[in-house]
This record gives sequence, structure tokens and C-alpha cells, in this order.
Amino acid sequence: MAKKPDLLPGTLDMLILKTLQRAPLHGYGIALSIKRLSDDVLTVEEGSLYPALQRLLLQGWVKAEWRMTETHRRARFYTLTAAGRKQLGIELTQFDQMIEAIGRVLSDAQEA
Amino acid sequence: MNVISRFVKKISILFGRKLFATDLDEEMAFHREQAEKELIASGMTPEAARYAAMRRFGNAVRVKERSHEVVGFSFETVFQDLRFALRQLRKNPGFAATAVLILALGIASSVAIFAFVDAALIKPLPYMDSSRLAVLYESIPIGPKFHLSYLDYLDWKRENKVFSSLNVYNPGGFMQKTSEGLRPADGARVSDGFFKTLGVSPVIGRDFQYGEDKPEAQRTALLSYSAWQKRYGGNPNVLGQTVVLDNEPYVIIGVLPRDFSFAPAEPADFWAIQKQTGYCETHRGCHDLFGIARIKDGVSFATAFADIKTIAQQLEKQYPDSNRDQWAFMLPLTDVIVGDIRPILLVLLTGAGLLLLIASVNVASLLLVRSESRRREMAVRGALGASPKRLVRQFVTEGLLLATIGGGLGVGGAVEAMRLLDALMPKDMLASMPYLRDLGLNGRVGVFAGLLALLAGALFAFAPMSRLKFAQISEGLSQGGRGAAGIVWRRFGVNLVVIELAMAMVLLGGAGLLGKSFYRLLHTDIGIQPDHVATLRVAGESGKYDKDEQEVALEREIVRRIQGLPGVISVGLTTKLPIEDGDSTTGIRIVGRPYHGEHQEVAIRSVSSGYLPTLGARLVSGRYFAENEDASKPGVAMINETLAKQYFLGENPVGKQIAFDETEKSRMLIVGIVRDLQEGQLDAAPRAAMYRPFNQNPSNNFAVLVRTAQDETATLPILSATIQQIDPVMAIYDPMTMDQKIHDAPSTYLHRSSAWLVGGFAVMALVLGAVGLYGVIAYSVSQRTREIGVRMALGAQRGSVYRLILNEAGRLIVIGVAFGLAGSVGAAMLMRKLLFGVPPWDAPTLAGVAIVLAGSALLASYIPARRAASVSPVEALRIE
Repeated sequence: MAKKPDLLPGTLDMLILKTLQRAPLHGYGIALSIKRLSDDVLTVEEGSLYPALQRLLLQGWVKAEWRMTETHRRARFYTLTAAGRKQLGIELTQFDQMIEAIGRVLSDAQEA
Repeated sequence: MNVISRFVKKISILFGRKLFATDLDEEMAFHREQAEKELIASGMTPEAARYAAMRRFGNAVRVKERSHEVVGFSFETVFQDLRFALRQLRKNPGFAATAVLILALGIASSVAIFAFVDAALIKPLPYMDSSRLAVLYESIPIGPKFHLSYLDYLDWKRENKVFSSLNVYNPGGFMQKTSEGLRPADGARVSDGFFKTLGVSPVIGRDFQYGEDKPEAQRTALLSYSAWQKRYGGNPNVLGQTVVLDNEPYVIIGVLPRDFSFAPAEPADFWAIQKQTGYCETHRGCHDLFGIARIKDGVSFATAFADIKTIAQQLEKQYPDSNRDQWAFMLPLTDVIVGDIRPILLVLLTGAGLLLLIASVNVASLLLVRSESRRREMAVRGALGASPKRLVRQFVTEGLLLATIGGGLGVGGAVEAMRLLDALMPKDMLASMPYLRDLGLNGRVGVFAGLLALLAGALFAFAPMSRLKFAQISEGLSQGGRGAAGIVWRRFGVNLVVIELAMAMVLLGGAGLLGKSFYRLLHTDIGIQPDHVATLRVAGESGKYDKDEQEVALEREIVRRIQGLPGVISVGLTTKLPIEDGDSTTGIRIVGRPYHGEHQEVAIRSVSSGYLPTLGARLVSGRYFAENEDASKPGVAMINETLAKQYFLGENPVGKQIAFDETEKSRMLIVGIVRDLQEGQLDAAPRAAMYRPFNQNPSNNFAVLVRTAQDETATLPILSATIQQIDPVMAIYDPMTMDQKIHDAPSTYLHRSSAWLVGGFAVMALVLGAVGLYGVIAYSVSQRTREIGVRMALGAQRGSVYRLILNEAGRLIVIGVAFGLAGSVGAAMLMRKLLFGVPPWDAPTLAGVAIVLAGSALLASYIPARRAASVSPVEALRIE
């Protein structure tokens, strides 16, 4: 089995926030959503997902509450807060800037 | 998101820790279930799906830990480490107690000695810019630190270009007239600008004004702060009150600051103005003052010294009669105040430092050996996912914990030790060292203690840590441990023991030499028999006892009454007792020899006919004074052997005449020679001395001494009462036995205390060194059990096993002692000033302590050697 590429460092928080922007989700849902949307390219390790969620909670960017799923199981759902929305904006801008910068370096390298 | 709300959240999680944990557990369980369902849906068997989900999830415990780390405080893990460290110590109470005790001992001795060093050498003197202050003396051929005469002082003051101010002081105390009679009062006379030179101003009232020392000005005095509190209850109305000192009224004009002291004139309650009246203020030959000067900014000490020397040379030419061979001498004030105690304190501090080093090395090697048995534990913790950082932190925590406990106990011990050392110090001596007054824990001492504990903690943390290379974790699990690092550290441990032994040797050598010096000091021939002699001082009021006849009558009455007391064998009077400062000197000339103003300075005392026999002095030739030798008889004198050798070499002095000046009436016939009495301190060189009959040169201030067949201490109160009956207003003070006087003399105290303290350090060092060697050899034996087993299985005899182990120990001992011997001689050279009658390379002492150390060390290594020799080869091989 080919090794899947690791997430770019520092992008996990952004991916979680982006995922939660659409709808509140539980941890498993977040992991699943990221995996599906990336066509199985990005896998979120559970070992980093839960500590990351705690970090976001602590920052006040998401809030958590226990709700029932469609299958009537109790699960902790995470919701994006206003501060989280703002943070997502910041992170997206930074990420775009970085991708653009990397792209410029790469295209320049190809021309040379 | 600000820091505060984050902190509040963390706090709420901290208290809802249980809820946080169950929430997390439930959430993660849910996650695994969902994953499982998904896998089953994709066609896996339920069992395979469960395992796959668990695998995918990874180490659940680690995930939880990391989540905890996010929300937890970093100090929480520190608490965990601390709890674990405490548990470790509780689990090994023997190890913990030993380590803490050794460390506490080391820290206590170092901190206590450092407190003294701080008080004496580090804390600045209570004067403005004290490094610019110098004390001035006149120097004569027999010594540099003699008194200055008033007229010379005036010339020095006028002629010099190097001092911004020059003043004089005259230590010595007063007789104060009180309502209860005459009482001795501590104090000094100082010239008008004395306090301005020091840069000290009174806390209440005023300083002396310039010109206040003129004969027509009113006599004034300043009070020390403690005297103000003690004698006047701190009442500010003290200003303007009058005290009668030496029969003259003085008006109190001010009180000096609480922290003010001037050691060369302490103890002092009264600082009275030095008046320009009297015999000494008009005679260049009368020397009774010391100079204190402030060197101008930009002028070096050497330049100032040279300038004052030139002035003294000019005065010598100008006044050949009085100033022949009269030169200038100058010392920094700091040297005058702490010069005597500095070498002792430095030796003690070095000793305490060495002891602390040995103690730390010992604890470190204990930890080193213990870390060996903890390799397994560390390996297991590492395998279970403890990060190397966390393992390192565990050692740091344990080291710091040990150091903190040891340091805390050590500081407590130091405070006690300081109190003890303070209490053991003779009162008079303490008074002359005012800088020791508020000895104790201050900021600097606290920082020093903290630094020591921190250094020790670092040593304790790193010693075992470096023993455990983390690359060897797997090796540790498989109970390996014969890696290269092990060998390196075993060697290091061995080197530590060599250092320990060498340092123990240095301390033992120092202690041996100091002990021998002290023994020599106490057994030096002081020319008297001090046992069963009681002494006290008496001062009669001037006015009542001014005339010679009155004083002679008082002497005769005292002798008559005391002679009648039960048990009294003999009574004597003198103007100055032996074993004091040896001061009070006069210039003499030998009648019949040409005289050109040469300095023939000899100590002089007026003594009653009974004085020398009472002291147990030995008559070499001639006779003692007779009781009826008074002003009606021709002047006579007795001299000591040193005077005889110095001025009458190859002649018989008895029957020759000496004189103070050219007049006929100052001539004295030498009637007897006595063996030298130790007039000065026990370690002082012998000096020429002469004695005159008290009745030919009486005084109203003298010491009485009594030889009794009874207990001399019990005699003291009876003596006081008997003399008081003669005159109730007479001052009777300083009751003391002769033995006590010798015991409390500053030189005796310094030698005794340094010998005892360094001796104490040395004994502890010896014990610690032996224990350290025992530890290393025992450890080595435990490591070599298999090797020894194999050797014995192959036919090695028990004797050869003994040899094997003792050879190893012997090599360490020889190296340690050899280094130590070299160090001892070096250390002894540095403390040569403290040795009395013993050379620094004194072979018997050094050989003796080397044997003691080597013997104890061999004994310490014999125990593990015995264990090695009794190893059963079968068992040794089976253990592996």
C-alpha cells in the first residue's frame, strides 16, 4: 500500500474549521468528510484529530455539545463560532498567500 | 481569544477533569464504533472490522494524553514528576536520609562559614567610600604599628598633599562617675573631624565642629546608638546631658547611626573629643594616637604612603632628639579591621567548600549507583511511550527535590551553627569585631545557599542521567548495560573517589597542622603558672587617689585585706596583666653608654613586690622587689631575659643602671632578671620588658591578682566584695581567672576555633571519603560478580580475590593520598600565617594523617572485598 501524503503542517486546524463551516459535525464525521472531499488523499489521523479539537475548543473557535445522531446515538457535535469563522478567514488568506508563493517559486524553477 | 479566558477555561477543565475524561472516552468510543460499522458495511467480518478500527485509531492512551496536554497546565506534569520523585525517596528511606543528611551537612557548613565571610569581608564597611580610608601609624625599628604623637600628627596634617582629611583616635575607655560610684565605660577619644573623615553623621544631634578640640571649648561627646538605647532608653532628651568621664564633664551632643562601628576602637559607648591639653599634646615623644585619613580622589595608596613617609623623614631631621628612627606606616582601613580574620575565614571557607564538594560527589555517586538499578524502570517507561524529555525531567525533578530538601535542612543547620559559633566567641572578642553583630541570613547568604542547592541539584540530575543513554533503552529492557557509556561512567565514578580522597587528605592535613599549632600554642612556655590565679581590675576615683602616698596606701590596704582571706597564698598588683595586647611601652637608655636618641623600646609595668612570685615567674638572677621599696628608697627595676639579651649581651645586667631620660632621678638600678612572661598574645614574639616597683610609681588603676589554694573561680566574688569594702565607690571590674584569660585570648580563640572547625570538616570528609570508596568498590564488586564467579570456578583462591579487590582499592587510595599530600602542602603554604611553631611541610603530621586516611579507606574497601571473596561461584553464575 502506497504511503499517503501527510497533511501539510498547520493545515489540520484550517481543514476542520472549513469542514464545520458547512454544518456541525462530530469527530468521526469531520474525519470522514475530509477524507471524502479529498478523494481519499487526505486522512486525518485520529491521534491528531482529538487533540486538535481540544485546542480549537480552548481557543473558542468551535463549541461542542452532545446531540443525537440520525441513528439515535449520543455524539459530540462541534459547531463553528463567530471567532472560528474569523480565524478560518485569516487562515485561508494565509494559506492562499503561501500556495501562491510556492507556485511562483515552482513555475520560476521550471522556466529556468 | 485572550489569555485570560483561555486560562479560565483551563481551570474549569482542571476541576471538571473527570467529566472531560469521560466525554473524551465516549467520543473516541463512538469514533471507533462508526469506523467499525463502515468497515462491516464494506464487507469485513465484525471481528476483523473491530481490530482494523482499533489499529486505525492508534494508541488510544496516547491520544488521550495528548488531548490532556492541550488543555492541561504544564505544571501538572511537574506535580506528577514531583509526586513520583517523592514516592521514590519514600520507597528508599535509607538512601533518601543518607543523601539528604550528607548534603545538608555540606550546605550547612558552607553557608554558616559564608555568612561570616559575608559579614567580615563582603559587606561594605559602614563608611562613605571606605576604600579611600587609611590608618596611619608611626613605625620604629621593633615594629611598624606604633602610636602617633600629637605634634607629629599636626605636622602630618599640615604638610601632606595626599589626604583630603587626616584625624586621630585614641581607643581606651574611661572611668565614668555615676551615682553608684566609679564604673568603667567603653569609649575612645577622637579629634574634631574624625566622623567627617569617615563620612558618618549622627542620627540625632550634631557632629563635632572644627575647633571643638581647642582648650577653651567645652568638652563634648557623641553616643553610640546601642549606648543611647542601653543607657538612656533611646530618649532624645539625652542631648545636652552631662557625663563625667575620667573626672571631666562632657556634654552629649549627638547619637551615632545604628549601623556605625569602628572596629579599631570598639567596644565604644562614648566618643569624646580629644582635647589639645595635657602632657602628650605638648611632647613629641609621647605617643598615644592613631591616625585615620581619607586619601584624595586620584591619589593612589602608594603615592599617599610615599608622601607621608617623606614628611616623617623631614621631621626626623628636624627633631633628632624625639624623632630618631621614627617613620610613617600606613594600612588600608579594611586591612586593619579584617586583616587578622581574613586568612582564617578564607581557610575555613575553603575547608567548608571542599567538604561540600565531597558531600555532593558522594550523593552523586550514590545516585549513579542507584540509576543502575533504575535502567529497567526507565526502559519500561520509554517503551510505554514516555518521551525522552519527560524521562530527563524526571531526573531533574528528583535531583532538585533532593537538593531542595538538603538545602532547606542545610540552611536551618547553618543558622544554628552561626548561633553556636557566635555564642562560643569570647565577649571581648565579639566586641572588637562589630561587623559580626548582625550575623545571619541576609540576601547575599540566601542567594549563596540557593546557588549551592541549585548546583548540587544540577549535579544530582546529570550524574544519573548521563548514565542512561536513551539509545540504550532497548538494551536496558534486555537487562544489558555493559555498553561503552557504562565503562566511561564507571571510570568517572572512580575518578570521583580519587578526588574525594585527595580532598579529604587536604582537609585532614590542614586539621592536623592547625591542631598541632594549637597544641604548641597552649604548651608554649609563657613564663607563668596560670592555674589557681584569680584576677580583677580596680580603679580608684581621681581626686581621691591622686597623690602617690594615697595610691600606695590603697595598694597596701588591698594586699593586707586579701592576704587575710582563707586559702590565699599570695597577692600581687600590676598596671597591666600578661596575655593582653603587650602594649604600654617606653624608651630607655643605659646609664654609662653614649645615647643619641636610639629607639630602645621596652614594655613597662609597675608591679607590687608580690606580683612576680604570685604569677609563678622564675627568677634567673638577682632578687624580687621588696614591699618597702617605695619613693624613699633608690629607684630599682627588674628586666626580662629578652631585654637582658637585647641590651646587655655578654654582660651581667644586675647592678647596671637604666634610665628614661638624662636626669638623675629617672635612673633605676637593675636588681633582678626574670624568665620572659608572655606579655602579649600567646603567638606573639618575645619582647623586652621591664618592671618597676608599684610603690615607686603607683597608679589608681591597676589589676589585682591572687594565688589561692581554693577554687579560683569561687574566689572572684569574695575578692570583689573584700576590695569594695575598702571604698564603695571604687570601680571593680573584669573579674577573671588566669586560665580563663588564656582560654579567651583572641589568639587562643582563633587558633582553637580554626583547629576545631577544620578538624570537624576533616572528620566529616574522612567519613564521607571512606563511604565514597566503599560505594565505588561495592559497586564494582556487584558488577564483577560473574567475573569473580568464573575466576573461582576456574580455581582462583579466596586470597587472590581479596587481592584483586584490595588492589583496585589500594590503587585508588594511593593516587588519592598522593594528590592529597601535594594539595596539603600547597594549602598549608597558603595558611602559613595561621600556623604556630609548625612548618607547612611538617612530615610527622602529614604522614600521620596519610596513614589514618589510607587505613580507614582500606577498612572501607575490606567489607566489599570480603563479600567478593565469599561469592559462591555456582550462585554467581546462576544469577546471570
